[in-house]
Amino acid sequence: MIGPAVVGVAFLVLPLVGLVLRTPWRSLGSILATADVAAALRLSLLTATTATVVSFVLGVPLAWLLARSAWPGMAVLRALVTLPLVLPPVVGGVALLLVFGRVGFVGQYLDHWFGITLPFSTAGVIVAETFVAMPFLVVTVEGALRSASQGYDEAAATLGATRITVFRRVTAPLIGPSLLAGGVLCWARAVGEFGATIVFAGNFPGRTQTMPLAVYLALESDPDAAIALSLVLLVVSVAVLVGLRDRWLHSGPFR
Amino acid sequence: MKGTAAGGLHMDATMRRGDLTVRLSFSVDKGEVLGVLGPNGAGKTTLLRALAGLAPVSSGHITLDGEVLDDADSGEFVEPCDRPVALVFQDYRLFPHLSVLDNVAFSARSKGAGRTASRQAAAPWMTRLGLDELAGRRPGQLSGGQAQRVALARALAADPRLLLLDEPLSALDAGTRLDVQTQLRGHLADVNGPVVLVTHDPLEALVLADRLLVIEAGRVVQQGTAAQVARRPATDYVARLVGLNLYRGRVDGQQVTLPGGGSFVVADHGHHGDVLVTVRPSSVLVSARAADQPAPTGMSARNTWAGTVAGLSMLTDRVRLDIDAHPAVLADVTAASVAELRLAPGVPVWMSVKATDLDVYSSAES
Repeated sequence: MIGPAVVGVAFLVLPLVGLVLRTPWRSLGSILATADVAAALRLSLLTATTATVVSFVLGVPLAWLLARSAWPGMAVLRALVTLPLVLPPVVGGVALLLVFGRVGFVGQYLDHWFGITLPFSTAGVIVAETFVAMPFLVVTVEGALRSASQGYDEAAATLGATRITVFRRVTAPLIGPSLLAGGVLCWARAVGEFGATIVFAGNFPGRTQTMPLAVYLALESDPDAAIALSLVLLVVSVAVLVGLRDRWLHSGPFR
Repeated sequence: MKGTAAGGLHMDATMRRGDLTVRLSFSVDKGEVLGVLGPNGAGKTTLLRALAGLAPVSSGHITLDGEVLDDADSGEFVEPCDRPVALVFQDYRLFPHLSVLDNVAFSARSKGAGRTASRQAAAPWMTRLGLDELAGRRPGQLSGGQAQRVALARALAADPRLLLLDEPLSALDAGTRLDVQTQLRGHLADVNGPVVLVTHDPLEALVLADRLLVIEAGRVVQQGTAAQVARRPATDYVARLVGLNLYRGRVDGQQVTLPGGGSFVVADHGHHGDVLVTVRPSSVLVSARAADQPAPTGMSARNTWAGTVAGLSMLTDRVRLDIDAHPAVLADVTAASVAELRLAPGVPVWMSVKATDLDVYSSAES
């Protein structure tokens, strides 16, 4: 048992070690400061954060619905909304293009009526990232809503709390840690998004070229820049893991 | 027994939960504690949920002090948050993210008071239930008895006009139970409005309630004072709870014929037709029976019948025998008798009961 396990660990860890070893530490600062790289960094932060905000606005009510509704079709709905978790992101990108593209059945009206064009724009990046990342938030928050039993809601109601007060003073605080964890997971997934973004939004520096796309492009022209960007993404991932260590890998503090 | 038309709680309604239909009609006066006693699945919790507004009634109505809380016909329904009703849940449901003080202050806070004002409103209740030293603790750091007090304080602090308690002592261990029970009785006596207490523990009901409503499978099977119910049970469930042998039969003079086989000779009673007969397990005399031996004679007991020991269980100071016979009976004997008579499952015995130890009452009376 030990042998294969050691090989397994090596297999997972060695590439990361390789990345760190190959990093051009001395020129790291100047590489990250170049215009294209800085633009990719900035764009990634902007789009991932916006996608996370959108996910909160749409995803928390959705999670609440999934957790609290007794409607029989809910199981199917749950499967559908969590599909992007397992769907290859490239397929997601193609699907988005078919719906929100210039000739897509939603996209053409957006274009005609509002003059909004999503594909190959920064907004398109946000749409692609939200599509891929929101299910992480929904699944995390739904689980928390389920385990923060409805009993507390009922107890609060019998003590005179209206539905909004119940959510504000009982439900939200109880699922708070999971909201945070779900948000961080969602954000991390959005930062790393590649497949759906490149299909739906393309790869235009400064407009739709996020860090993963920049890494991919730089690998041919400027491997050092690719490695530097990869290192940034690795650091972000490690930070996310460390941050979630208590809240995500273990159960919440109230159980 | 019925409360006056204006004050108190009146309920005449049908509730559904899953396959169970609960049909209940009763009143509780201000200051009266109604104990609702029944086995698991009888509809006790369904009743409390309807009273608290967590589930609407499917027909009929509920009124409190003359105000309609729920009326299936007119469609009137007061939301749980607008009802002057507080419920102490069986599992307490203390908010795990709030301190004891903020749990007790929750209702004031829900009604719009600020943090400081709501804590001030909670303070007298904290003191009254002896919670001052626990104010800063989280529910996770409380013992069962403490949590029960916090739950009660939280409910009382809402100043309810109807207090509901769901198996208030069932989550406690035996030692704590006795303490809490005594305190709880004191607090219930101070409540202004009606109190409805649901339980499957007869002792809890006998000690805490002024009047009992026994329900089984969603129907009232008996109501009366605790003493009445304990002395003259109407169903096997209640008889088992209070530890009596109960038989249904038809009386003719001093002879009661039991449909399951067997009969009893009873003392003068003045009843006719269908009756219930009870006998205390401790009033049943047990003697050894050798095969083919005739029934013992020359005894003062007028009822003697043959049976076989089916099981024995140890009670605190005696042994309860479960005896197969027509009719079957539970009999209490001393441990010494068990040894002397060599009682064990399968051993044949005679049972005797004095006519005066059989309590006869009509099934309608209970």
